[in-house]
Amino acid sequence: MAHPIQIILTRQLAGYLSVPLFLVDPKGNLLFYNEAAEALLGRRFEETGVMPAEMWSSAFEPVDSTGQPIPPEDLPLMITLQKRRPAHRCFDIRGFDGVHHRIEVASIPITGLQSEFLGAVALFWELTE
Amino acid sequence: MMRVTLFGTRGSLPAPGPETVRYGGNTSAVEVLGSDGTALVLDAGTGIRRLGAHIASSVKRVDILLTHLHMDHIQGLGFFAPIYCPEVEVHIWGPVSSTHGLGARLSRYLSPPLFPIHLRDLPNVTCHDVPRPPFELGPFRVETALVCHPNPTVGYRIQSEGKVLAYLPDHEPALSLDAGRWREPEWTSGYDLAAGADLLIHDAQYTDEEYESRVGWGHSTPRHALEFAAHVGARKLVFVHHDPSHDDATLDRLLSDAVRQSNATCDVCNGCEGTVLEVGARNEHLSVESHSFL
Repeated sequence: MAHPIQIILTRQLAGYLSVPLFLVDPKGNLLFYNEAAEALLGRRFEETGVMPAEMWSSAFEPVDSTGQPIPPEDLPLMITLQKRRPAHRCFDIRGFDGVHHRIEVASIPITGLQSEFLGAVALFWELTE
Repeated sequence: MMRVTLFGTRGSLPAPGPETVRYGGNTSAVEVLGSDGTALVLDAGTGIRRLGAHIASSVKRVDILLTHLHMDHIQGLGFFAPIYCPEVEVHIWGPVSSTHGLGARLSRYLSPPLFPIHLRDLPNVTCHDVPRPPFELGPFRVETALVCHPNPTVGYRIQSEGKVLAYLPDHEPALSLDAGRWREPEWTSGYDLAAGADLLIHDAQYTDEEYESRVGWGHSTPRHALEFAAHVGARKLVFVHHDPSHDDATLDRLLSDAVRQSNATCDVCNGCEGTVLEVGARNEHLSVESHSFL
């Protein structure tokens, strides 16, 4: 079944951005991440394919500034999925290639014209200082 | 069986004149008649004036299915004669915005100073918001979905007696091409609406050269339309939304070039005012009677 046009267009937009972007459906399945996110996560989307939320939420071993693991439900994208509102957090991840990154993540819900919940996106920003 | 009559095949702006007399200059309007006489009208461009004059007096209900509210798809609404007849129920279906329903959106055109009559003063008109889950209109099952075109725009899949008409007059599925390749069905705008259609009426407005400077404007080229038809497995394709600057000779050339270059997998023709297409005729083939009512 085809994705809603808002999801198709979001993927299209993501392909033209240099900002890393994650796109998930209402159940949290990772539908797509763009080339900029591939550079950060250390693996091409074609290699990972669609991933369920329980997989991607722990795959990058997110930890807070004190090094404590962040439970999946406290990640911005998971908060957006559960509460259908924007969320934001700064934390550290380890890419599939083993490289550590400190990132800020902002996530927002994707809602349709009649307020139907269609999924969510997370925008990543690597902190280099 | 569905009897599909094209009353307006031009896009963007009416283009009457000697150079467009063969394919016609009226903007989007298509009549779909069911075997029981149920009448659907697809879009309300300037072609709907003539369509309204053509509708049988025995018809007491008309459903107008609007793809979107750009002017070339609603400009004829106030000139559709049945809309003023109290004994004819007119139901208008069309896309909502995030803040207004269809009635409120249409009222911006059907009210002064743009038009002398208020939508609310029409005697027997009801507006319905789409997209929505599949619904029935007489013998027709109607499916709707938002498609790739600026501002909320829906496409329609109309099914009757096992035959399918897909109507996507303003559609730019090529926007999501991946290095020239079509993506999987779930990532292709309009795929579910057009999948396996017996008749696909689709946007083919621009030449390849025009498209290069108009990416994102919401329209297709004949080549895009042919590739989309092959991708969804449509049996017959009719090009519509002809650019107002394209004369009859240009449309002939664009069609023949596209067919030659694309190895078309389905029957294809240019939409022409007056063309009648019977979907699901007894011989299981689509028949075309051009200009049967002219």
